[in-house]
Amino acid sequence: MLVYTIRRVVGAIPTILIVVTLAFFMMRIAPGGPFDRGRPMDPTVLANLDATFGFDEPLWRQYLIYLVNLAQGDMGPSFIYRDQRVAEIIGSGLPVSMLLGGLALTLAVLLGPTLGSLAALRQNSISDYAVSSVATFGITIPNFVAAPILSLVFGVMLGWLPAQGWGDWRQLILPIVALSLPFVAIIARLTRGAMIEALRSDHVRTARAYGLPAHTVVLKHALRAAFLPVAGYLGPAAASLLTGSIVIEQVFNLPGIGRHFVQGAINRDYTLVMGTVVVIAVFVVLFNLMVDLLYSVLDPRVRYD
Amino acid sequence: MAVLKVENVTVTFDTPDGVIDAVSGVSMTVERGETVAIVGESGSGKSQVMMAAMGLLAINGRAEGSVRFGEDEILNAPARRMNLIRGSRIAMIFQEPMTSLDPLYTIESQLTAPLRAHAGLSRAKARARALELLDLVRIPEPARRLKAYPHELSGGQRQRVMIAMALSNSPDLIIADEPTTALDVTIQAEILALLAELQARLETAILFITHDLGLVKAFADRVYVMRAGRVVEEGPTTRVFEAPRSEYTRMLLDAEPDGAKHPPSDDAPLLLEAKGVRVTFPVGDGFLRRPRRFTAVDGVDVALRRGQTIGVVGESGSGKSTLGRALLRLQPSEGRITYAGRDLSDRTPAEMTQLRRELQLVFQDPYGSLSPRMTVGEIVTEGLLIHEPQTGRRARAVRAAEALEAVGLSAVMRNRFPHEFSGGQRQRIAIARAMVLSPSVVVLDEPTSALDRSVQKQVIRLLRDLQTRLALSYVFISHDLAVIRAVADHVLVMKDGRVVEEGATSAVFNAPQTAYTRDLMRAAFDLSSLLKSDETAAPVREA
Repeated sequence: MLVYTIRRVVGAIPTILIVVTLAFFMMRIAPGGPFDRGRPMDPTVLANLDATFGFDEPLWRQYLIYLVNLAQGDMGPSFIYRDQRVAEIIGSGLPVSMLLGGLALTLAVLLGPTLGSLAALRQNSISDYAVSSVATFGITIPNFVAAPILSLVFGVMLGWLPAQGWGDWRQLILPIVALSLPFVAIIARLTRGAMIEALRSDHVRTARAYGLPAHTVVLKHALRAAFLPVAGYLGPAAASLLTGSIVIEQVFNLPGIGRHFVQGAINRDYTLVMGTVVVIAVFVVLFNLMVDLLYSVLDPRVRYD
Repeated sequence: MAVLKVENVTVTFDTPDGVIDAVSGVSMTVERGETVAIVGESGSGKSQVMMAAMGLLAINGRAEGSVRFGEDEILNAPARRMNLIRGSRIAMIFQEPMTSLDPLYTIESQLTAPLRAHAGLSRAKARARALELLDLVRIPEPARRLKAYPHELSGGQRQRVMIAMALSNSPDLIIADEPTTALDVTIQAEILALLAELQARLETAILFITHDLGLVKAFADRVYVMRAGRVVEEGPTTRVFEAPRSEYTRMLLDAEPDGAKHPPSDDAPLLLEAKGVRVTFPVGDGFLRRPRRFTAVDGVDVALRRGQTIGVVGESGSGKSTLGRALLRLQPSEGRITYAGRDLSDRTPAEMTQLRRELQLVFQDPYGSLSPRMTVGEIVTEGLLIHEPQTGRRARAVRAAEALEAVGLSAVMRNRFPHEFSGGQRQRIAIARAMVLSPSVVVLDEPTSALDRSVQKQVIRLLRDLQTRLALSYVFISHDLAVIRAVADHVLVMKDGRVVEEGATSAVFNAPQTAYTRDLMRAAFDLSSLLKSDETAAPVREA
């Protein structure tokens, strides 16, 4: 298992390198640059800026310089937020996004399998249909619709919870609900399907044929088998939840990392975009690895050595 | 007094196509300590009677009638009441040793669960009892096996674990549903001997559900013969075998494949010749260690002449299927394979494609090997698209009709999809697909193993018929010695990738030279004597 882990970590380096390379050049192919906004600038000022940030070098040199700096942990200065390093911006935004994402993930992992199992156990009943419709709802309603509605209804109209902002735990509730909704829905549907299959399987029949109590049959034998596909989905889900949601952070006005990504892209803040790309890539790789390791814990048939 | 009394039980299933009657008014009894068999072909409802009795029907199943366990009516009893009986007074053993145990839990966890649930044993006491039980079913190193997961045990060992689980609460009745069907014959014999011995010792009644009359004869005191949801005959085993009263029972008894294949004349040309075929698979990926290789086929020679049938027989893992694929170059191998004088090993893929027309393959599983999204006509003529691209749509339809009729199906069936056919019909379709290209060599990989005996007999007759008509040569792979004896004129007996015995069919079957072949023969044809010799030590049972 250790060998496997080391090999996976080593194997992740080229993956991240490819992501960084693609992001770097795609960013440069896009027209415009960080200093092209508003009024045209004095050519000498522009030349000075270009020299300061190294834009007067050929692109391939800029790319190599960026890689060398990145390897040393330096993600460069932000072009737009003067006097701030990219590492500082990410350092302040990432904890916010991770807290939100972590709580949303927890909610999804608790609620999704519960709803899915309930639907599977009462297949074709009212509760099954209810769960299925809520799940369909959660998957189809995009969060740029769901989040403003939640904020409007519970924040503005009913006034039960703060409509937006950051600082109080009550301000976390609506964003977490909005963020976890599609994940709850997808996990519930995954669990339902896997659970129905598990309940029909031979070993569940064996458990029933040996007079084991219903809760043992369902929780111990069916649910654990049904959780395997869910575990596979958790890797990408965790990565996308923890690296911040552009929409949710914008709607609820939260100082997370997701907003910087959008702002950075719009402003052609090359280093900031690159910085967030690197963080997201590392998270995706990391969580997929963690899920694969979790898999071998959940399923004794999976062995990596 | 009867342990189990089933009276006029009816089982129906609600399906989108309407209500299906699986069992219509079946009555049967099992006396204390008795061994009763229910025998029937697939779809006869033999398993569903007992699933209904145990309250284990699928969610869309409904049962009516009466099932009494001792004095208690148990049919459709609530789960809470059934759970006092299931696993405690009545235990079950299922067919698939691969899937009947939960792959995610250790043997200890699963073996102790019924003990703790019914006998209320503590963890330590249950563990001690589990050890005893594993010892009782003769699993070597029981302490180590307790910690193992199901996938770490062989099929035979898993079935022993199931038997241990069944015995754990000393039940009055064990229902064994095809407990040895998925196992090799020698393992089957061991498992049956074990069951017989334990039954005699523990005085448990056994209800044995099977399609295999050989097992019934060796094992059961009384037998119920089921067909299409009804009992068509019942009585003491000896009487039913000696003087069957129903037409259907007579047909079943007669379904053992018969006949023999005459070897081709001595001047028949050599078609397919293989020398020193060796197939290895990498084990592990060799990241730190040198990659190891598992040898599946280890230096096998085959010489197939026109019109000949070589039977390849062996147990699971013997390498017989891998050999079959290697002979057709569907599996990379070492050694020399020549077909009609041409060396196959240095053919380019394009040349090989040309040759494939003459070298065809029929698979075991008639369910998995036909694409569910293609019509039977498309399946049968797909090979023509490659080998005779000039054949038009209309001509292909004609060819499909001819091929289907040649295998005993109707030409109008070509527009239907595989799921509309039975297993036997599907295997005919698979054979038609091979025959439409007029091959000269056909490798048949367990072509009759998924079929009921009566259907098997028809498929064998068909294959034999096609062979004479089209001068085909077969490599017939099977674990079933009765089938091999009926179809092959030359036999290779394989074990662990090597040929342990080879010769003319009559010679190998009448006078096997090696101990392994003798064991195989005995397990396949002489089960009764095998069980009797184990039973002599046991006390005599009362009827």
